Amino acid sequence: MNPILEVKNIHKNYANHVALKDVSLVVEPQKIFGLLGPNGAGKTSLIRIINQITGPDKGEVLFNGEHLAPKHVDFIGYLPEERGLYKKMSVGEQVMYLAQLKGLKKADAKAKLLQWFKKFEIENWWDKKVEELSKGMQQKVQFIVTVLHEPKLLILDEPFSGFDPINAQLIKNEILELRDKGATIIFSTHNMGSVEELCDNIALINKAEKLLDGSVKDIRKQYKSNTYHITFKGNLMGFTNALWAGAELLDKKSDGEVHSVTVKLLHQNKPNDLLQAVLSTAEILSFQEVVPSMNDIFISVVENKTTLNTQSTFTE
Amino acid sequence: MNKLLLIIQREYFSRVKKKSFLIMTILGPLLMAGVMIVPVWLAMRDKTEHQIFVLDHSGLFIDKIPNTKEVKFTYGTGTIESAKAKLKDGPFDLVMEIDIETINAHKATPFLYYKTQPGIAVEQYITNTMENILFDYRLQGDSIDITKIDKARRPVEIITLKVKEDGADEKTNTELNMGVGMFFGIAIYFMIFLYGSQVMRGVIEEKTNRIVEVIVSSVKPFQLMLGKIIGVALVGLTQFILWIVLTTVIYVGITSTVFKNQIQDTLTQNAQIEKVMKNDILSQSHKMEKVGTPNEVIDMFNFADGLNLPVLITCFAFYFLFGYLLYAALFAAVGSAVDSEADTQQFILPVTIPLILSFVIAQAIMSNPNSSMAQFFSIFPLTSPIVMMVRLPFDVPVWELALSMFMLVVGFLFFTWMAGKIYRTGILMYGKKTTWKELGKWLFYKG
Repeated sequence: MNPILEVKNIHKNYANHVALKDVSLVVEPQKIFGLLGPNGAGKTSLIRIINQITGPDKGEVLFNGEHLAPKHVDFIGYLPEERGLYKKMSVGEQVMYLAQLKGLKKADAKAKLLQWFKKFEIENWWDKKVEELSKGMQQKVQFIVTVLHEPKLLILDEPFSGFDPINAQLIKNEILELRDKGATIIFSTHNMGSVEELCDNIALINKAEKLLDGSVKDIRKQYKSNTYHITFKGNLMGFTNALWAGAELLDKKSDGEVHSVTVKLLHQNKPNDLLQAVLSTAEILSFQEVVPSMNDIFISVVENKTTLNTQSTFTE
Repeated sequence: MNKLLLIIQREYFSRVKKKSFLIMTILGPLLMAGVMIVPVWLAMRDKTEHQIFVLDHSGLFIDKIPNTKEVKFTYGTGTIESAKAKLKDGPFDLVMEIDIETINAHKATPFLYYKTQPGIAVEQYITNTMENILFDYRLQGDSIDITKIDKARRPVEIITLKVKEDGADEKTNTELNMGVGMFFGIAIYFMIFLYGSQVMRGVIEEKTNRIVEVIVSSVKPFQLMLGKIIGVALVGLTQFILWIVLTTVIYVGITSTVFKNQIQDTLTQNAQIEKVMKNDILSQSHKMEKVGTPNEVIDMFNFADGLNLPVLITCFAFYFLFGYLLYAALFAAVGSAVDSEADTQQFILPVTIPLILSFVIAQAIMSNPNSSMAQFFSIFPLTSPIVMMVRLPFDVPVWELALSMFMLVVGFLFFTWMAGKIYRTGILMYGKKTTWKELGKWLFYKG
């Protein structure tokens, strides 16, 4: 399938700093794409370029294979991180206004809004003033407005901030449902837990540069450091002595007879080598490969300024 | 539906539906009608009839001071004590004692005793009348022919006439011209301030509400800015029309009911006084200070044909519209560069300086409407909306007017373009205090 969005060699400079330096991305349709990076990395700059709020200094963006043009804004739904509503307007007027700005006809907008309001069980909010709603309630309204015109591409910047766990789950389910119905979602967040849960692919940006991209599964696989988690019964000392030069003990914890240790294999040794080495001294209860979480990957990549190709610096 | 139209609609209706709009719309005409009615009312207010007992020891003034509707004079003799006693028993509420020395004294000092203090108009009437009587008496005493004096002393009133292209003359009225020009100038000044700052507040509101990024993902920032400016302009127009209609209704309503009789009275009364003066105390009526009457209004209407009203009103509409548009764009740019209204000071001052300057120099322009200063400021786009309106009633050459209008349109396009650039960047900047240097850089960011 052709990518829905291609970002090609984007550069963007502001007066005193470089916001984006030669950033390229490919977003495949009907996937949830995580755009990750620490604060000030350039995520919002990139999102604003995709939304045509600002333009790039160099490079281009293709939407469905076409050069990004004003007509495309109606196919994109954007929930910015800095978001709000007109406080003095009634909820109904406000959502009608925002829906029509996205190119929906009046009657169409009304019908769809009522559907969503019913789904979220907030029909009685229609005539309320926005200032009467709590922050979480306002976020719900904003989410509806973002997805109302059934955009092909949905860009959500920190969509869960301000939601309680129940409503966060509700929104999560909606996002998944939208993807299943055919929408593509770009999802920007600091919450790595939700990245693992939701994202199919990610890109990691730091200091204006893309450091890493690919599918979540592949990346986690690639970042495995040949480390294993073992719990066993027996003598800890004996276990440690049994480890030979091909393995290194990273961590140990004891609970009475039961010990749990983290061991890293060196020099491309196989897990079976490790098992053979320790089998005689310990009764193995569990043996598990340690797969790094997105959180670990995020922190180590950002802190070490490492790209995928120089993985060795990470495993040292 | 066109997105710009949607924005204009929202900006318009969200403001028109506010309570403050309703209050301003009603309060405005009340204030304006008040400004027009209060002077008339004040003049009419002192309508209590005064009965004055005059104790004239000199005998010069007996039966000489004409009665008016408010002041009736009764002359008598006796001591001042007996006269003052009349205050208690009535029907007199004022007693005037005129000294015998009055005739020869360097300065006449009659005493006026009262129970309730009379208005200033009564005092003025007595003073003026007595002065006239004394003036005539002294001249007669010196055997000077009063008719000769009167012949010699004549008032001067300049009648200004404009010689038109075809050689025909046209009567003009400098005072009226000044009044009309100043009125239009002030109107534009206040409208720009009032509605320009509404645009600014709207921009700040959108920024602090954090809704602006949601909206600019659907429309271009320039569209949003333009929609706001046009929407507020329509609000201003609505309010202006309502004000004119309501003010007229209130003014006409009040004057035709409450003040109807009084105005009629004042008119006939003034005519009477004039007649009395002319016959009895020779024709020095021009020395009489009369209480302000609607006569002047009538004069004004007679002179109004000396003004080219269609041109004036067309120009007013033009300068108001483009002046507002230009300044509203600047106000929008200021609003976009700050986080809250409290921070606007730094940027708002340079924007308002040309406005205030043109208001200040308007005075100088009126005394010399064709000076090179007047020419410059009526062509410079930041000052022309006010200065040209002040100058306009004094017949500005057509080429200057055309140049001024052209420059204003150019200025409007330039400043709106510039404001759009600042606005586009400013609305998405949070938390950082903006400096002038940064504003300059924003102008050159790529869209």
